[in-house]
Amino acid sequence: MRLLVSAALLFLGLAAVPAMAANSPTLEKVKKNGYLRCGVSEGLPGFGQPDNKGVWTGLDVDFCRAIASAIFNDPMKVRFTPTSAKVRFTALQAGEFDLLSRNTTWTISRDVQLGLEFIGVIYYDGQGFLVPKKLNVTSAKQLNGANVCTNTGTTTELNLADYFRANNLKYKVIAFEKNNEVIAAYDAGRCDAYTTDASGLYAERLKLRVPGDHIILPEIISKEPLGPAVNQGDPQWADLVRWTLFALLNAEELGVNSKNVDQMLKSPNPETRRLLGVEGAFGEPMGLTKDWVVRIVKRVGNYGEIFERNVGQGSPLKIKRGQNALWKNGGLQYAPPVR
Amino acid sequence: MPRANSIPWWRTRRMRDVLFQVALLLGVMLLIAAMVNNAAETLQRQKIASGFAFLDHTAGFDIVQALVAYNEASTYGRVLLVGILNTLLVAFIGIVITTIIGFAIGIGQLSKNWLIARLCRVYVETLRNIPLLLQIFFWYFAVLRALPGPRESWGLFDTVFLNNRGLYLPGPEAQAGFGFVVAAFAAGVMASILLAIRARAVREATGRVMPVDAMAAALIILPPAVASAVAGFPLHFSIPALSGLNFDGGLVVLPEFMALVAALSTYTASYIAEAVRAGIEGVAKGQTEAASALGLTRGQMLRLVVVPQAMRQIIPPLTSQYLNLTKNSSLAVAIAYPDLVSVFAGTSLNQTGQAIEIIAITMAVYLTISLTTSAFMNWYNARIALTER
Amino acid sequence: MATPARKPPHVVMPGPIEWLRENLFSSWGNGALTISAGLVAWWTIVPLVQWAFIDAAWVGTDREACLPYANGACWPFITQRIGQIVYGSYDAAERWRVDIAFAILAGALVWLTVPGLPAKRSAGTAMLTLYPLVAFVLLVGGFGLEHVPTEKWGGLLMTLVVAITGIVASLPFGILLALGRRSELPVVKTLSVVFIEFWRGVPLVTVLFMAAYMLPLFLPGGLSVDKLLGALIAVALFSSAYMAEVVRGGLQAIPKGQYEAAQAMGLGYWQATAFVILPQALRLSLPNIVGNFIGLLKDTSLVSIIGLFDLLNIVQVGTANADWATPNTAFTGYAFAGALFWLMCYSMSRYAKYLEGVLGAGERR
Repeated sequence: MRLLVSAALLFLGLAAVPAMAANSPTLEKVKKNGYLRCGVSEGLPGFGQPDNKGVWTGLDVDFCRAIASAIFNDPMKVRFTPTSAKVRFTALQAGEFDLLSRNTTWTISRDVQLGLEFIGVIYYDGQGFLVPKKLNVTSAKQLNGANVCTNTGTTTELNLADYFRANNLKYKVIAFEKNNEVIAAYDAGRCDAYTTDASGLYAERLKLRVPGDHIILPEIISKEPLGPAVNQGDPQWADLVRWTLFALLNAEELGVNSKNVDQMLKSPNPETRRLLGVEGAFGEPMGLTKDWVVRIVKRVGNYGEIFERNVGQGSPLKIKRGQNALWKNGGLQYAPPVR
Repeated sequence: MPRANSIPWWRTRRMRDVLFQVALLLGVMLLIAAMVNNAAETLQRQKIASGFAFLDHTAGFDIVQALVAYNEASTYGRVLLVGILNTLLVAFIGIVITTIIGFAIGIGQLSKNWLIARLCRVYVETLRNIPLLLQIFFWYFAVLRALPGPRESWGLFDTVFLNNRGLYLPGPEAQAGFGFVVAAFAAGVMASILLAIRARAVREATGRVMPVDAMAAALIILPPAVASAVAGFPLHFSIPALSGLNFDGGLVVLPEFMALVAALSTYTASYIAEAVRAGIEGVAKGQTEAASALGLTRGQMLRLVVVPQAMRQIIPPLTSQYLNLTKNSSLAVAIAYPDLVSVFAGTSLNQTGQAIEIIAITMAVYLTISLTTSAFMNWYNARIALTER
Repeated sequence: MATPARKPPHVVMPGPIEWLRENLFSSWGNGALTISAGLVAWWTIVPLVQWAFIDAAWVGTDREACLPYANGACWPFITQRIGQIVYGSYDAAERWRVDIAFAILAGALVWLTVPGLPAKRSAGTAMLTLYPLVAFVLLVGGFGLEHVPTEKWGGLLMTLVVAITGIVASLPFGILLALGRRSELPVVKTLSVVFIEFWRGVPLVTVLFMAAYMLPLFLPGGLSVDKLLGALIAVALFSSAYMAEVVRGGLQAIPKGQYEAAQAMGLGYWQATAFVILPQALRLSLPNIVGNFIGLLKDTSLVSIIGLFDLLNIVQVGTANADWATPNTAFTGYAFAGALFWLMCYSMSRYAKYLEGVLGAGERR
């Protein structure tokens, strides 16, 4: 018995050693691996989807590429792991990837109880309903008694319950594991309505047999601030990810884009000069280089470019900027200054 | 033996066995301790909540089918119960149906009719060799495609409706006084059992055969009927009716449930059919010859002579197939039937993030089901083995 | 044996009419059965053939080719995506490596299954020991081959990797467990029984969940596991419990005399087990091991639930693609995947049957 105890103690001692590290351990690991590991959606047009050649594209995907550009000056040094809504948090907790960038809603319980750290909002969204036109429904309030298809393990399931309860409507929820199964069941007529974030509805509608036969109802029933998340316990890494997002926004605000970034280095504007590392060295304390924002913008573009390319006018989704416009233009996107 | 004395005490066979086992036990315990320690450390470092307090928290989501009272304000503990009951329901119905199909196909394989035997064989070889998950998807989308929308439902006497939202049946609703009917029914069943025991004793003592079947039927049917009439027919049925987008009221069998039961029972039946065939082929040929010499027809021979004997050989594989069906019902998660894995190890896990606790509970539930069933079947098997003469 | 050779009895071949009467219409009841069974077969087979072949779309590059064929399969969906279905997202330029691994496997299988070819035992040993290493290097990379991360694996490749690794890894472990369960040492026996009954008592889905989301928590801080590796470990643990029971069946069939004879020759426990008992027991268990493999191959489809892109999952993902949204895409995909699985499993089950026959004949000698 004494042997057992001493062996156990020995083991405890050994196991405790690797827990200590000086710099951001995640960044160290990313640099050692030579690539960033990013958890993305399993295929949501505009946000994260592999193309025919297996190359990932989308808003969430480009955010990962921005971080890879800041670290390696190479947007392709990312490995994408598709994860379902259900398993994304456990997979992040388990260390399957360094960063979760997968249209994930920031809520208090997720931030506080799950051991996650949300770092900002990359897309302001809200939950809506997709219904077949032939149902002759024009408002969500008319959905009394509806069968509603959705994803399991999302905030949508909870919002749905709240909304129908608040409006005293009856409903039945059919909750599937994967996006593809939800849309297949909806297309097969299993449900009267499909609910998820409005951005997701636009994207999923493209997968229907006849997309034109379906409409998105005007009601937005929830706040869905979608953003990337990292594990708690590595604040430097969270800072790096957070400031990458702010850099994208600040670049758009200051008019720096992928085409003019080299000329902008000569800009007299002190804010632009600080952002691009001409004055000061704000990247270095994070374990990056001085010109980290130049790398990001040159390889991936600023926030506006990323938005338009993936979900905006340059994409089949054609989503308007709306709430996602910069604060100067009446939207909600606002980044703290680089100073 | 002189050599035995020259071996030092710690190298004797006995001592070596003891040391080996102590080392093994120690190794296993160390491994478990290390895993527990690592998990605790990771949880703490990443500030993940742990413990079982979440079972008392409000779940906040709805479940489409619950056999006990459940709504959005119920707790995760309640979700667990709903999940377990849904799993047991699908397993129970699946087991009943698969047994019928399995025996039919198994006996059919040995049919003298060439076409029947051939078709049963094709059934077994096809279903056994295709993954169950694929069959579940197939059934689900086939069911959805075959059924009409709610407004074009197929109806029967305006009380039963079938559409792609489910099968709507009249739902029984107990009124005041229904307890008497239940009590009368229970009393009738008890009396029938006593009667059967008595009849058996009489038969063994005197050889007189009592008309037990008819008497038991009367005992089971009459008292509840009388009680029901006295209490003013306290069982009402709510008839489903189209209201708004869907039918409301009554009892609904979900399409997910139908697809899952269809897939589980047809798939498992292909294994049961093989067990039944092997069992029947295992019955000594003399038995069938003796039976036909007695002038029994083929059906009588199967029912009275062959199947009862074959059962001894069939029951062990049958048990393991029942358990397989129960475990396979966890694939419900793929088509949104709210079973244990789907609502508890699925939705609840995601809302709470407590993977270790939830998966441990889920596994414990399945383990309990498996072990109790095996224990019961072992006991039953031992019992029928003893009656062998 | 000195039984006198017996001539087979002279059989009069019945004419087709007699055959029909004998086998299908021996009585009114039987005739009715035959007719209803015939109708069932007709109603199943005819629409199936109609859908899969006659009314099907055969050529094209996207859904436009299939939309006109509203009641038939959409085969272009398969032909256009066959690369993904077989290899997943494995880099196109590197797919030859997978082909070589497949080819070696196929060659070895033919070698091992065709009766009469020499050196079966060494070939089998090489397949169990050398081949996994070769295949690992070929598929993962190294020794000058470019590294292909497992996230890119998928389709048939993924299915075979999971199933084969599972069965190969579970063999040694299963043997040890089976021996442990029959051991006279109480601790060994108890541990083996607990281990076996635990894994056999829970569904594979929960085991896969455990591997994907609990395993990394159990490892020392910071160590992360490849998702595929986690799944492989889960499948190996799970199937080793089933393998143990199969091997135990083989061990039980060895007559006691064999143990006693080995002991009398002065062999110790391990020697007797390795050289006398196990070779016989494994030979007897072979049909059931093949049976286990069939079960495992079918069960690989469950890895899709934890997000690995096996054959079934990759077909399903394809059906949800906007380019292929037609009423028949999903069923075409399922039909193709089902046929592929059926072909693999059915041929293996025939082989197991044949083995049973060969081994049975050996027994009767």
